[in-house]
Amino acid sequence: MIEAKGLTKHYGSKLAVDQLSFNVRPGVVTGFLGPNGAGKSTTMRMIMGLDAPNAGDVTVNGRHYHDLPWPLHEVGALLEAKAIHPGRTARAHLRMLAEANHIAPRRVDEVLGVVGLSAVAGQRAGKFSLGMSQRLGIAATLLGDPEVLLFDEPVNGLDPDGIRWVRNLLKGLAREGRTVFVSSHLMSEMALTADEVVIIGRGRLIAQIPTDELLAQSSQRYVRVRSPEIGKLKAALEGEGATTVLEEDGSLSVRGPDEVAIGELAATIPVVLHELAPQSASLEEAFMELTGDSIEYHGELRTGAVASREAVR
Amino acid sequence: MSTAAIPAIGPAKALPPGRYGMSDLLRSEWTKLRSLRSTMWTLAITLVLGIGISALATAETRAHWSSTQVPGFDPTATSLIGLFFGQLTVGVLGVRVMSGEYGSGTIRATFAAAPLRPLVLAAKTLVFGTVALVVAEIVAFASFLLGQALLSAPAIHTTLSSPGALRAVAGGGLYLCLIGLFALGLATIIRHTAGAISAFLGILLLGPVVIRALPASLADKTEMFMPDHIGAAVVILHMGQETLPPWTGLLVLFGYAVALLVIGGVLLVRRDA
Repeated sequence: MIEAKGLTKHYGSKLAVDQLSFNVRPGVVTGFLGPNGAGKSTTMRMIMGLDAPNAGDVTVNGRHYHDLPWPLHEVGALLEAKAIHPGRTARAHLRMLAEANHIAPRRVDEVLGVVGLSAVAGQRAGKFSLGMSQRLGIAATLLGDPEVLLFDEPVNGLDPDGIRWVRNLLKGLAREGRTVFVSSHLMSEMALTADEVVIIGRGRLIAQIPTDELLAQSSQRYVRVRSPEIGKLKAALEGEGATTVLEEDGSLSVRGPDEVAIGELAATIPVVLHELAPQSASLEEAFMELTGDSIEYHGELRTGAVASREAVR
Repeated sequence: MSTAAIPAIGPAKALPPGRYGMSDLLRSEWTKLRSLRSTMWTLAITLVLGIGISALATAETRAHWSSTQVPGFDPTATSLIGLFFGQLTVGVLGVRVMSGEYGSGTIRATFAAAPLRPLVLAAKTLVFGTVALVVAEIVAFASFLLGQALLSAPAIHTTLSSPGALRAVAGGGLYLCLIGLFALGLATIIRHTAGAISAFLGILLLGPVVIRALPASLADKTEMFMPDHIGAAVVILHMGQETLPPWTGLLVLFGYAVALLVIGGVLLVRRDA
């Protein structure tokens, strides 16, 4: 359980986090969504007691991080994948962390096995790819078998196989009753992973909402239609007041009528349908609708959105 | 690398009794120190070159021995020349022990495991200080013993039991260790490797030059408080100019190191990691 109340942080005159309040509960994966620069990492660091808030308060399992008697036994966090000394081996990196919290040395090899790094345990982290560093960072979060887990952008740099692995890991951890809080700017990834999302923009809470509700709320639902006589169907649909877009791949995206209405209309024309597929809005689109003007770095967000589409393919 | 299966992780378990403490952090810092190849290399270089430079310089002195040297010849200081090289490597290591954590970002993992930052600094100081002291004393004693063996007749040599020799040797090693802690304190304040090493070398090497540019009366009064001068006063039996008494000097240097570490500790708590 993580509880943030009125969390505020500024760096000089720049407000990074602005009166942010939210709860992250156990047993589900909670996504922490926002464009780059929205304050996600700052918030994570404040949860961990690394950055001190200027106002407000955040607790983990009812306590300030600073007061946890055995921090790694209660909280595991992946803040930056590359935050590993390049000259240290994977095993030594985990070992020094384990020792600081009296965690048995064999646990180090256990978690290396869990993340699939056993074979490179004795290699220096400087030689690791970003994906391997992510796995090592994830191994570190599991060291103390903690009930609360934080992941800042855990799928960055992972290949599709790795992304699926992280997704399953996060879900598995939540299923075991743990509190899982995972930040991402990859909205589509969160749609697949998170049960609930905390959305922020410019350091402010925009919404805390179950993922499926967020998707349902969106006005961006549409139906994809394919037909050998797509032009005829398009005209008919527009005649009924639907909005249609002919996509590059030849399919027609229809907003307005649902799949039942479209199918019935097609039958009355009649045109043959090759596909009639309702599409829920991607979380990304729902997110865009919600955040609107609170996006700070438009260029970066767009890059992120493109990357996310590629990532889930 | 491919691990498709969902890992089986045991159910939440009871926490160990008490809380993390000094013994856990000492163990962790010890692992940190010896798990870096660069640290081990720096220590090895300190040993090999520290003793090696001492031996070379002493052998050189012996090779060009002339009887005119006898008055005022200090066989102890001659054999300990390597310490002045050693202070550079030990200082750089003291900087990197701390700045390396900031440079790589591991400082956040360190503080996530142990949020009591002053305790982390204390553990780091103890572990590094102990290692530095052991290495420095080995350099000092080995240099001295090797050097005296090299100073064969007609050159004069000395023994540890002669007046001031043990002080110079043991004190020289202690000086090296304190210089390392001084550097560690600087790095805790400055955090960046390049900046902290510059500050360290500036104080040690450029400080005396700057002070000599001051009016002579002022320079004489200030110079003896500079770290390098304190070191010289410990190692050289008769400096021939105003110095702090050797043990007083070491105490002053200890004071500098403690002051820097305390300031560093306060800043560790105040600043975001």
